[in-house]
Amino acid sequence: MSEQPASSPVWRIEANADTYVLHLTGDWLSVALGADQGTVDAVASALVGLPGATVRTDAIGRWDTGLIVYLLQLRAAVAQGFVLDDTALSKPVARLLRLAEVGLAAPSPPMARPTVGWLARLGWVAIRGGREAIAVSDLLGSTLLRTGVGLTGRSQTRRGDVIALMRDAGAGALAIVAVVNFLVGGILAFVGAVQLERFGAEIFVANLVGVAVVREMAAIMTAIVLAGRTGGAYAAEIAAMQGAEEIDALAVLGVSIQDYLILPRVVALSTMMPLLYVYGCAFGLLGGLLVAVLTLDLSATSFVNQLIASVNADQFWIGLSKSVVFGLLIALAGCRLGLKAGRSASDVGRAATAAVVAGIVGVIAVDAVFALCANALGI
Amino acid sequence: MVTDAVDQARLTVEGMTLAFGKRVVQRDLSFSVQPGSIFAVMGESGCGKSTVLKALIGLITPTAGRRVVAGENYDAAAPARRREIGRDFGVLFQNGALWSSLTVAENVALPLQMFTSLRPSAIDALVRVKLALVGLAPVGDRMPAELSGGMRKRAGLARALALDPGCLFLDEPSAGLDPITAKRMDDLILELRDGLGATIVIVSHELPSLFAICDDGIFLDAKTHSAIAHGAPRDLRDGCDHPTVRAFMTRALPPTEVLQENGHGGL
Ligand SMILES: Nc1ncnc2c1ncn2[C@@H]1O[C@H](COP(=O)(O)OP(=O)(O)OP(=O)(O)O)[C@@H](O)[C@H]1O
Ligand SMILES: [Mg+2]
Repeated sequence: MSEQPASSPVWRIEANADTYVLHLTGDWLSVALGADQGTVDAVASALVGLPGATVRTDAIGRWDTGLIVYLLQLRAAVAQGFVLDDTALSKPVARLLRLAEVGLAAPSPPMARPTVGWLARLGWVAIRGGREAIAVSDLLGSTLLRTGVGLTGRSQTRRGDVIALMRDAGAGALAIVAVVNFLVGGILAFVGAVQLERFGAEIFVANLVGVAVVREMAAIMTAIVLAGRTGGAYAAEIAAMQGAEEIDALAVLGVSIQDYLILPRVVALSTMMPLLYVYGCAFGLLGGLLVAVLTLDLSATSFVNQLIASVNADQFWIGLSKSVVFGLLIALAGCRLGLKAGRSASDVGRAATAAVVAGIVGVIAVDAVFALCANALGI
Repeated sequence: MVTDAVDQARLTVEGMTLAFGKRVVQRDLSFSVQPGSIFAVMGESGCGKSTVLKALIGLITPTAGRRVVAGENYDAAAPARRREIGRDFGVLFQNGALWSSLTVAENVALPLQMFTSLRPSAIDALVRVKLALVGLAPVGDRMPAELSGGMRKRAGLARALALDPGCLFLDEPSAGLDPITAKRMDDLILELRDGLGATIVIVSHELPSLFAICDDGIFLDAKTHSAIAHGAPRDLRDGCDHPTVRAFMTRALPPTEVLQENGHGGL
């Protein structure tokens, strides 16, 4: 309130006949609590040997809750059997002190968390992992089932939501998907050119770029972009809804979280991802073409001819089907981690991070599975 | 120039108009809050009470008018000076606005850690007392998400008290509290005023607590977007003829909304 600096707490003990009075004067403010740890100890030791004392604050200067802390600490510090009489305190001080004492007297639950051994912890990790696997399969299964219902128009999914989500995930990502794929195509051509030039096999740069982009890179790069851009956003949005009890409000209404939140996102991503894959392919090949023509002694026509000869439809179908699966995976990971999140602001951040990590790792892992299967099938 | 009367007041607002975009919430508000008084901001839901509170603490800039804090023109103050003025303000937001990733005790401790040079043990002691004052000492180590609605309100109040502010702004402190806890809250507010000399601006619908603790106030109207009455709630209850104020104070429907016995509306 007033701007003048605080004076320090002052105390003195006055003896009249058999009774003792502890007078508090000067300013007793919480800002002074840090400066003089000694005050309480000094008062307490001055009171040693006395039967009891009455505290008076008639001539006190400014005070705030710091005074209450002093008084509580003093009461704790004086010897057993010593009577610290607080009935003579001025009324506001006495009432605040009483309020604080009543509050502090309420029983506190035990603070310590039980310690757990490593074996138990390992067990819990396994159990939790198992439960999580069940939850994810449950989510995947029910989403696929609801997609069927959704197609017949009998689900609680709103068409407008799906379209808005598609626009966000698809059209919203056009620029970044183009840039990333263009650069990756260019880099592949560049690296390939340096190596193949040594054998005079420059023309095979087209094979390298074509197969790599169509079969692997366009799908993976696009998926990674969307995992960061859209998967993380889904997790953050759903986690924030969780924190604000919006999910509970939907549940009370009987709105299915499945239909209302998850299905639109899964549908949006798994339809937009293949489209973006095709678009990304075009830019990747364009990047490769540009670098090849600029750095090698190749004409654009011969590059394109070689490209058409080397990339067959199988490569394209593999890439396309991968991109659908990636879309599904990223959307499910985002939704699942969002629903699983706690209710604080940092839980939202954690959910978003986890969704991005899970999306990227999942995409690479699924890609490896595809590679193994394709190898076994001889495609 | 700041006049004497304005100089004396803790907070003064002159001709303040508040709007979101083109939508005016309140127009041409003028009032002052005397030091050490408890000032009520009243009115129907949605009339702009929370908005007025946010304007007083500097979160919203009025589109017209002037705010004077302890004799100093707030609107003319530099940002750094405004922050300094704001440090003497303790605010309880309508929804608590606790920091959700900190425990309740950490919520109360954060302002102390940021703005004082107290030792951790002293901060702990202060935090415990503040939580005890609002009756939350046992739940200091819980996260805000693990509290009930009323507990969150009280935790918000404990945080508002953290720096022992000279001026407290409380947005519906007793909403969601049982009558006994609400009474304790009223008592605490009175203690803070009587004991610590704090000036308190309170938004509340709780008629009993408005009548019991407030010395002055303003009544905002949602339809005309302006203040329709000034004065202590108990004086408005006993002596204000405005139909909206009468209806509010007596917990009745305004005359225009009451159906007449013969079945025709009062319109
Ligand atoms: N951030 C905002 N943007 C736009 N309009 C807003 C915003 N915040 C509030 N409003 C509008 O301003 C008006 C006043 O809102 P305010 O929150 O101040 O009401 P209130 O009097 O506190 O109501 P309650 O008693 O329900 O809390 C309302 O009509 C509201 O719709
Ligand atoms: Mg409000």
